[in-house]
Amino acid sequence: MALLSLKNLCVSLPKGADRTFAVEGVSFDLCAGEVLCVVGESGSGKSMAANALMGLLPRDVAVTAGTAMFAEEDILALPETAKQRLRGARIAMIFQEPMTALNPLMRIGEQIEEAFDAHGVHEGRHEKVLSLIHEVGLPDPAQIARAYPFQLSGGQRQRAMIAMALALEPEVLIADEPTTALDVTTQAQILALIGKLRRERGMAVLFITHDFGVVAEVADRVIVMRHGKVVEAGNAQTVLSAPEHPYTKRLLEAVPSDVVPDAKAAEQGDALLLVEGLRKTFATGGGLFREKRVVNAVDDVSFSIGRGEILGLVGESGSGKSTVGRAVVRLLEPDGGTVALGGQELTTLSPQLLRQARRRVQMVFQDPYASLNPRIKVAGAIAQGPIAMGTPKKDAYAQAGQLLETVGLDRGAADRYPHEFSGGQRQRIGIARALAMRPELIIADEAVSALDVSIQAQILNLLRKLRDEFGLSLLFITHDLRVAAQLCDRVAVMQKGKLVEVGPVQDVFLRPQHAYTKGLLAAVPGARWRDAAVAA
Amino acid sequence: MRILTLLASRLVKAAVVLLLIVIANFMLIHAAPGDPAAVMAGEAGAADEIFIQQLRERFGLDQPFHVQLWTYVSGVLQFDLGYSYRQQAPVLDLIMDRLPATLLLTMSAFVISLTLGILLGVIAAARQGTWTDSAVTTLSLLFYATPLYWVALMAVLLFSVQLGWLPGFGFETIGADYTGLEKVVDVVRHLTLPALTLGLFFTAIYMRMTRASMLEVASMDFVKTARAKGLSPGRVQRRHILRNALLPVVTLAGLQAGQLVGGAVLTETVFAWPGIGRLMFEALAQRDYNLLLGILLISAAMVILFNIITDVIYTLIDPRIGAPT
Amino acid sequence: MSAVTGEEAEPLAAPTSPLKDFWKRFSRNRGAVVGLGVMVFVIIIAALAPVLYPESPWRMVQRPFLAPFQVPGFYLGTDTLGRDVASGLVHGARVSLIVGLISTLVALAIGVPLGAVAGYFGGLVDDAAMRFTEFFQTIPSFALAIVLVAIFQPSLTSIVVAIAVVSWPPVARLVRAEVMSLKRREFVEAARLAGLSNRTILVRQVLPNAMSPIIVMASLMVATAILLESSLAFLGLGDPNIMSWGYMIGASRTVIRTAWWLSFFPGVAILITVLALNLIGEGLSDALNPKLARS
Repeated sequence: MALLSLKNLCVSLPKGADRTFAVEGVSFDLCAGEVLCVVGESGSGKSMAANALMGLLPRDVAVTAGTAMFAEEDILALPETAKQRLRGARIAMIFQEPMTALNPLMRIGEQIEEAFDAHGVHEGRHEKVLSLIHEVGLPDPAQIARAYPFQLSGGQRQRAMIAMALALEPEVLIADEPTTALDVTTQAQILALIGKLRRERGMAVLFITHDFGVVAEVADRVIVMRHGKVVEAGNAQTVLSAPEHPYTKRLLEAVPSDVVPDAKAAEQGDALLLVEGLRKTFATGGGLFREKRVVNAVDDVSFSIGRGEILGLVGESGSGKSTVGRAVVRLLEPDGGTVALGGQELTTLSPQLLRQARRRVQMVFQDPYASLNPRIKVAGAIAQGPIAMGTPKKDAYAQAGQLLETVGLDRGAADRYPHEFSGGQRQRIGIARALAMRPELIIADEAVSALDVSIQAQILNLLRKLRDEFGLSLLFITHDLRVAAQLCDRVAVMQKGKLVEVGPVQDVFLRPQHAYTKGLLAAVPGARWRDAAVAA
Repeated sequence: MRILTLLASRLVKAAVVLLLIVIANFMLIHAAPGDPAAVMAGEAGAADEIFIQQLRERFGLDQPFHVQLWTYVSGVLQFDLGYSYRQQAPVLDLIMDRLPATLLLTMSAFVISLTLGILLGVIAAARQGTWTDSAVTTLSLLFYATPLYWVALMAVLLFSVQLGWLPGFGFETIGADYTGLEKVVDVVRHLTLPALTLGLFFTAIYMRMTRASMLEVASMDFVKTARAKGLSPGRVQRRHILRNALLPVVTLAGLQAGQLVGGAVLTETVFAWPGIGRLMFEALAQRDYNLLLGILLISAAMVILFNIITDVIYTLIDPRIGAPT
Repeated sequence: MSAVTGEEAEPLAAPTSPLKDFWKRFSRNRGAVVGLGVMVFVIIIAALAPVLYPESPWRMVQRPFLAPFQVPGFYLGTDTLGRDVASGLVHGARVSLIVGLISTLVALAIGVPLGAVAGYFGGLVDDAAMRFTEFFQTIPSFALAIVLVAIFQPSLTSIVVAIAVVSWPPVARLVRAEVMSLKRREFVEAARLAGLSNRTILVRQVLPNAMSPIIVMASLMVATAILLESSLAFLGLGDPNIMSWGYMIGASRTVIRTAWWLSFFPGVAILITVLALNLIGEGLSDALNPKLARS
């Protein structure tokens, strides 16, 4: 007997959206104590379906058909006050962004207590709050209860959110991408916590995610959504190992496996980039009445990249990996150390000479929306560098057209503005812009992190081909170990500004030396599933 | 602790700013066309030669520039803002005499506009898209576009001349010699029209800001969290949306304090309210520059006071300010 | 160079015309369209003032205190000295518009470069510029404008300068904030890597992206400047040779009990003009700042 039974849910989008329905004819059953994963790429309607169940849809979006039977009632048809009594008490929800999901002006304790308030529970509230905080694994409950959200880390906030959701012992927990914004080790902890609570409390969990690694980690059953419809549903094991629908197959193929492919043997000796003892500190605050705080973002980092080599620089957020990338090209001025590119020392160059030297190192950025100037046409964006270097305008624009074809876009793209392109297409334009300078080294800073997995795979392919064709070297900065394993020849691991391990990709992934690397690898979701797949 | 640190840093800043204004005042006197002594005495030819000669000696106007600057600044630092020849009284005395009336007027207008503005803004945001929202929004557009002095005149015409409900000028009924509660009522009756008209423009600003801010906060993630807890819509509005939405309104209120003091010049002129705004108008009519500059300095001090108050309020509402992270 | 092929091609969206888009979004705001209509009317009236009322608005043309519609040809009545109120209104429109426009331009000329440089270069430059701006924001702007005009004697120039001097700080703050957020965008880093100079990046890459909020603010500043000019004139700080709305109200303030129309009509003229400008500002804001289309 299903606890929650959803039948033929349809959610309509406002006029002018790119499709009529956000969710179209979605049905599933959720049983007590099970984890049902709803998987899909962005825009698949998976979050809308969850919000519809909670009665938390945005203003101009509405449920137009369907029933959701929960405790012998259709919760989609309930009046607002009845939905309100249900929310938080019997069906609770946690969200993606722990940084913004808590009220910044209220103490954590107050916010959890509110859940009791909302449902008229007054007895022993304070003690219950403390025991909840303890149960979700936060240290020193009394202090956490007094803290404001800004005093907690992302992982701690997500735990606080979970404590809030658990307050009234709900039968169903809806988790909307609850670990997407978290670092991989924190993600592993939160997934473990949700798993534990589910077992101990016999709660049903509706888990929404885009990540098949996470699915492998937590799901009992899976439904795969695309363009608002369910394309495949079934037992987690079956869907992961023997997908039937072509879309599911494509998605699964696109997931970067942590099976390390054969990397090119790194040809040492011919180092293109040589970084030694790189340092960068950031000072915040300071002034008459405030203490100065100094953070060592990059602390004595040394590495090299050979010609035609791809070096992966991995680490969690705040590890300083992006700072390394920017310090190498002096977008940030390093505080110490040397950076030599093909024998030329970059750190001591005058601004004039630096502008010339930078031609040899270009960057591809993370955010496909912020990395292109919205007011400049694509051709202009690609040609601006060569023109600044003295290439005649006509030649630069002709070259821009060619480059667009190189990165797999139509030449006609040249006359358009960036907003007319999708995220993946923009990332291609960003790569074309970097190539226009005919660089020897490209620094790719989380270049695929903002993309859906299928697009991600395409961009990785493109980078690999460009390396092979032009003999480019690549410094590939990423937080995603699976992506790094796919692309890189060697990998360097950073933790808190220090480089803790560097070596050929097989060594680092299969025989990690440093405890931090081991921890990171163990935390990658779906690791066991992949191992099983390899064994089979 | 946070508050004390904040106060200390604000006071130091305030002192620097006031000193700079004093220096700027000195520059203005010298930048004005004509003899600085004549400028300080008032309209050219109005003061007698003896008084001008006294001024020359006192401010060392035949001395080098930096000596003159020092004489002027050190004078002001000893609370000597000079002497108004026209009014036959020290400038500081004139201003201090009028300051309470202005404080009463501006504070009343401040409280009225902030309360009314936030209230209307909350209502408009809660009823977004309805006719109530349109009515409030239109009203605020009108208030925002209306010249302050003109509203004041029209208010006198309507409520005082035509309807006779409220007095249209002065601080109290002259010659009535009320005492106790009667006096309070009398002053409040006189205060009503000036405070309302002065507050009108600011009501519009706060209302617009509150409405926009409420709508913005309403779309934030933590509001969804609050709703997901099963809180009632009213409670979500009060405890989660309103408190966060007020932060930018408080900031704006601090920034608008200067406008409020400036607006008092117009309001007091129309209503013959005996504050420093009215004094400024009188000084203007008599080209009493020294008095004008003194008023400018004191009104800047008032703005700084308003700013410090809003900073403290902001710090009380927002735990993130000044806290170690 | 060969193309990388064998991937699912995404179709390109249909091209759109920015100007047409702009008008479509602007005209969706009905108030803004009305405001634009009113503004065009006011501008035409101001431009045609010498044709509509060739005689000086200062000239006595009828007996004083003529109420509206009392005598044909003087539909808005005459003032204390027998001057035609309608003629004063039409000529007053010119000074309002000129002062509003020029003082806004001057304020932009001060605020935009200051804010842009402060925001782009940061550090000490920013600190210095912002302390300077804060200083100006601490002095009550209207009181400062009064003192400036009084000391430098009322004239069109001193009024424009005084209004500009008190209006630029918000511009500087806005531009600084915009530039600070824009310079952190990755396209600015890309431009630096492409070897573009700071000047080029600031002028060609950053500032064009800050134009929308500046334009919106400028339209509202013209409105505020008109209010400020009329307030100064009301206090007797108008250019003594130029008829203005504020002067008309100020001059007839003492006779409001007997001749209400002398204060009423110029006030309505100011109200309508300022309201129209505010409406246009809202329309511009709607049209220029659509929520960044990320979907």
